[in-house]
Amino acid sequence: MNPSDRKYTKEHEWVKVEGDIGTCGITHHAQELLTDIVFVELPAIGKKVEQMKSACVVESVKSVSDVYAPMGGEVVETNKTLEGDPGKVNRDPFEEGWIFKIKLTNPPEYDTLMTADRYEAYLKTASH
Amino acid sequence: MKQTPLDRIHRSLNGRMVEFGGWEMPVQYTNLLEEHHAVRKRAGLFDVSHMGEFEVSGRGAFDLIQKVITKDISKMEPGKMVLGVMCTEQGGIIDDLTVYKFSPLPNGDERYWIVVNAGTKDKDLTWIQGVRDREFPDVIISDLTDGIAKLDLQGPLSLEILKKLTKDDLSRLTFYTFMETFLLDSPCVVSQSGYTGEYGFEIYCASRSAEKIWNEILKKGAPWGLLPCGLGARDTLRTEAGMMLYGNDIDETTTPFESVYSFVVSLEKEFIGKQSLIMQKDLNFLPKKICGFEMVDRGIARHLYEVYDSSSDEQASPIGWVTSGTPSPTLEKNIGMAYVPMVYTKPGTEFYIKIRDTRVKARVIKLPFYKRPL
Repeated sequence: MNPSDRKYTKEHEWVKVEGDIGTCGITHHAQELLTDIVFVELPAIGKKVEQMKSACVVESVKSVSDVYAPMGGEVVETNKTLEGDPGKVNRDPFEEGWIFKIKLTNPPEYDTLMTADRYEAYLKTASH
Repeated sequence: MKQTPLDRIHRSLNGRMVEFGGWEMPVQYTNLLEEHHAVRKRAGLFDVSHMGEFEVSGRGAFDLIQKVITKDISKMEPGKMVLGVMCTEQGGIIDDLTVYKFSPLPNGDERYWIVVNAGTKDKDLTWIQGVRDREFPDVIISDLTDGIAKLDLQGPLSLEILKKLTKDDLSRLTFYTFMETFLLDSPCVVSQSGYTGEYGFEIYCASRSAEKIWNEILKKGAPWGLLPCGLGARDTLRTEAGMMLYGNDIDETTTPFESVYSFVVSLEKEFIGKQSLIMQKDLNFLPKKICGFEMVDRGIARHLYEVYDSSSDEQASPIGWVTSGTPSPTLEKNIGMAYVPMVYTKPGTEFYIKIRDTRVKARVIKLPFYKRPL
């Protein structure tokens, strides 16, 4: 269920790297935990983010949750369509529901993240 | 943490359980928004057995209740309920509650129920018992909470569903009246009231009957689109209706006049806190007043977010704080309530809510946000 063309964080974000650009979002599991996402506060273009520091925020009716940057870099693009339709993150978290793209400053950080297989094992052990 | 008599059912329905007021309660079952809309358009069933019920009877019961709540109950007939608040001597709200007046006992003594919030139940009981001990020693106060389950059936189709469980004519229950009846074969108290702004009933039954009644309402309601609903939908529904949540919108640092509860204060009778409230009224000035607002720009206000007069003045202090804030599923906008100085409470007034690092524009609108169509 979690695509194998990308890697995952313990906080349930994913990053898909193409060249020096990483596309980031939250996982299916994360959107399930959050339930109805009603608001996505996109990061500003040009914002510098550090690995596993808050990059932006998603809100459900009852909760506010940080989205951590899976890798460090500078935000170069955001998914503006989420402003009008935040529910995309629930419906299609891995494709249409991507949240932001970063120009990576430290590509080896990718090695610190979990593969899809390891992330699935992590979900099981984390007793979710 | 305490569990309600319906705990097993919540788990079988995949309820997402959270702590609330010392109880383990379902915040939602499948989908908060669907649960919310079910109540507005059809019907929803809530387990609110965490709420507290005290029975007050014996000689002086009437006088005790008159003394501890702000609302005058002298003209109250059996079968009626009222909304009121209990205040400290300083006028701070100890709790908001409802009082049910039953028919007198065979010996002529009056009999009441006081229904209170879960998180304040112990404090409330101590307070009422304290007044009893000092002034009305013959009054008997019994905490019925552990033996009673409370189910709220809310929504326009509530009557159609609930009437299938009883021979009595529930349609003659007007707003804020109740009857003692049998649902299935279990004795219950049923009032036409609730905490959603929608037509509906609050149902009190013995804990051991709760599963049976819950299941039957779900079964009879399913063809009508009834859903079991959690505390999440209860909160969005009550916020739309401009109803107070104790601990968020009101507490002992707020008075009835500062909140929406001016209408439950009867200054023509004696009660605890009256002198302070008269002073506040005579001054014709409130240090803060609750108001409703809608977000003008993008953002969701949340409990305790700060309110500012200006979008830009970084040095300025906040003028108030948000007490409740949520997306409104019915009105499809982001709404909230806040305490602000009185001059900011006029509808149309604009102020700014600090959401993380940004001040986002909001506009005062009249409470309640939502009124059900008649």
